[in-house]
Amino acid sequence: MSYTVSAQAITKSFGGRPALDGVDLDIESGSVLALLGPNGAGKTTMVRILATLSRPDSGTATVAGHDLLADPVAVKRRVSLTGQFVALDDVLTGRENLEMMGRLLHLSRARARQRAAALLTEFELSDAADRRVGTYSGGMKRRLDLAISMIERPELLFLDEPTTGLDPRSREGLWATIGRLVEDGVTVLLTTQYLDEADRLADQVAVLDGGRIVARGTPEELKARLGGGVRVRLQYADEVAYRAACDALDPVIADEQTLRLELLTSGTATDVHELLGDLERTGASAYRVAIDGPSLDDVFLSLTGAPSSTSTLEVSR
Amino acid sequence: MSHLLSDSQVMVGRCLRRSVRDPEAFFTALVLPVILLLLFVYVFGGAIAHGGAYVNYVVPGLIVLCAGFGAGTTAVAVATDMSSGIVERFRSLPIAAPTMLLGQVTASLVRNLVATAIVIAAGLAVGWRPSASVLGWLGAVAMIVLLIFAMSWLAAAVGLLARGAEAASSFMLLIMFLPYASTAFVKADTMPAVLRAFASHQPFTPIIETMRGLWMGHTDTGASTGHEALIALAWTIGVLVTGVGVASWCLVRRREAR
Repeated sequence: MSYTVSAQAITKSFGGRPALDGVDLDIESGSVLALLGPNGAGKTTMVRILATLSRPDSGTATVAGHDLLADPVAVKRRVSLTGQFVALDDVLTGRENLEMMGRLLHLSRARARQRAAALLTEFELSDAADRRVGTYSGGMKRRLDLAISMIERPELLFLDEPTTGLDPRSREGLWATIGRLVEDGVTVLLTTQYLDEADRLADQVAVLDGGRIVARGTPEELKARLGGGVRVRLQYADEVAYRAACDALDPVIADEQTLRLELLTSGTATDVHELLGDLERTGASAYRVAIDGPSLDDVFLSLTGAPSSTSTLEVSR
Repeated sequence: MSHLLSDSQVMVGRCLRRSVRDPEAFFTALVLPVILLLLFVYVFGGAIAHGGAYVNYVVPGLIVLCAGFGAGTTAVAVATDMSSGIVERFRSLPIAAPTMLLGQVTASLVRNLVATAIVIAAGLAVGWRPSASVLGWLGAVAMIVLLIFAMSWLAAAVGLLARGAEAASSFMLLIMFLPYASTAFVKADTMPAVLRAFASHQPFTPIIETMRGLWMGHTDTGASTGHEALIALAWTIGVLVTGVGVASWCLVRRREAR
């Protein structure tokens, strides 16, 4: 088995505050690894280090066959980064952006032109090729950004929150595009706040929280750690019933102020039916019931026992 | 290393394209020089007591004034680049970090030389009659190129230091107004004592006087052209070294801070 990324004990702190606290990370060649975590978990820092844009305080890594610290230039040549913020020249057209980047990758003028035309077609940007990028929609900018990453097919592609801020349709389109690149055999390190994105694209998921990897596995394995997977929210109208339910159940969240309880269940109809029946019998029947699929918050709850400090607002969807 | 030239070429091409498409940069380089010349010669010129046609006095001052505005454009362009994602993209490419700045500085040089040429052409059109020989002209042009080169690097350094385009532009405002307190538009001896002392010793005065001496055959301070030129050279080379130094330091610091 060969690995495109093999990193050991990476640490990095900013002004004394640790952003990464001894991260080990391996990515098998040809696979997609999603680095999942809330804002501030250290995802972008990790990507920037592996992409040679930032130096770790300590730790070692081999990326695309080269030592990250000893030979960053060789690594640079083999990887490509599509960041959280699109890295395009708004004043130039889509075609000019592609040709410029092609030239900076040291393609000949003719080859750069040819590659730009091919990529514009492949990424469905031909119609907008000669318009300034400033006039593009968010989805088009991300596609152009990805197209630039693919001028020379990289061994490793970093996608840092590729769909943050996109509408659902553009997200769907971008996922399809990324899927095609993966089929071509590109190894991908993806960071995301969204479980569904990891679920859709990744072979392996590593959950980063507070600068440490707190869990790792396939999306299925992770979801299994949620106990099968759905969250039942119970809203109570009076405190007596709320207390009775608290005693009878094992809630993951119990909020006395709002009289709300949340539980994790397997999600099968039988289980949910049984749960509600139990509540009825103990006289703790809820005033209102809601059932949700597992969210990233749930992953954090089950992995860390508490919502990650910064996650609650930012990642609830 | 062999790619340094072609990389720089691409970066220069990018920055020139951006300049041509940026209405503000376009205005500053092409229209502003003419407006300033007409303003100073025909609006203020009549009121400014000067032995002879005012245009014969004011051209070097206008060139410096335009160079200040041009430097402002450059600082804003660099700051805008640095705060946008494109820098990250460039940094992820196998190219030398200074090529980015080289593009900006070269484009700045081109914009400002065009602006200077326009001031000179417009000046000649409205009656400016320099008495300089070919050698004098060459000297004056060399002074201008050095000035613009130094100010472009200074602007690049300011653009790198500033957090965002607004900060860069407000700092450059200082440089844009500095020529007014020099011998650019009026003689220093018409100013109150404190201002006169400042005007006589600030960097733009010897630079302006060098051009004036070379073009018109005499300076306005009474000192010889050679004397003014030495001080002007010291200032411009000093600014150039500072600009290049600070810009390089910023690039290194950026690489290490992240």
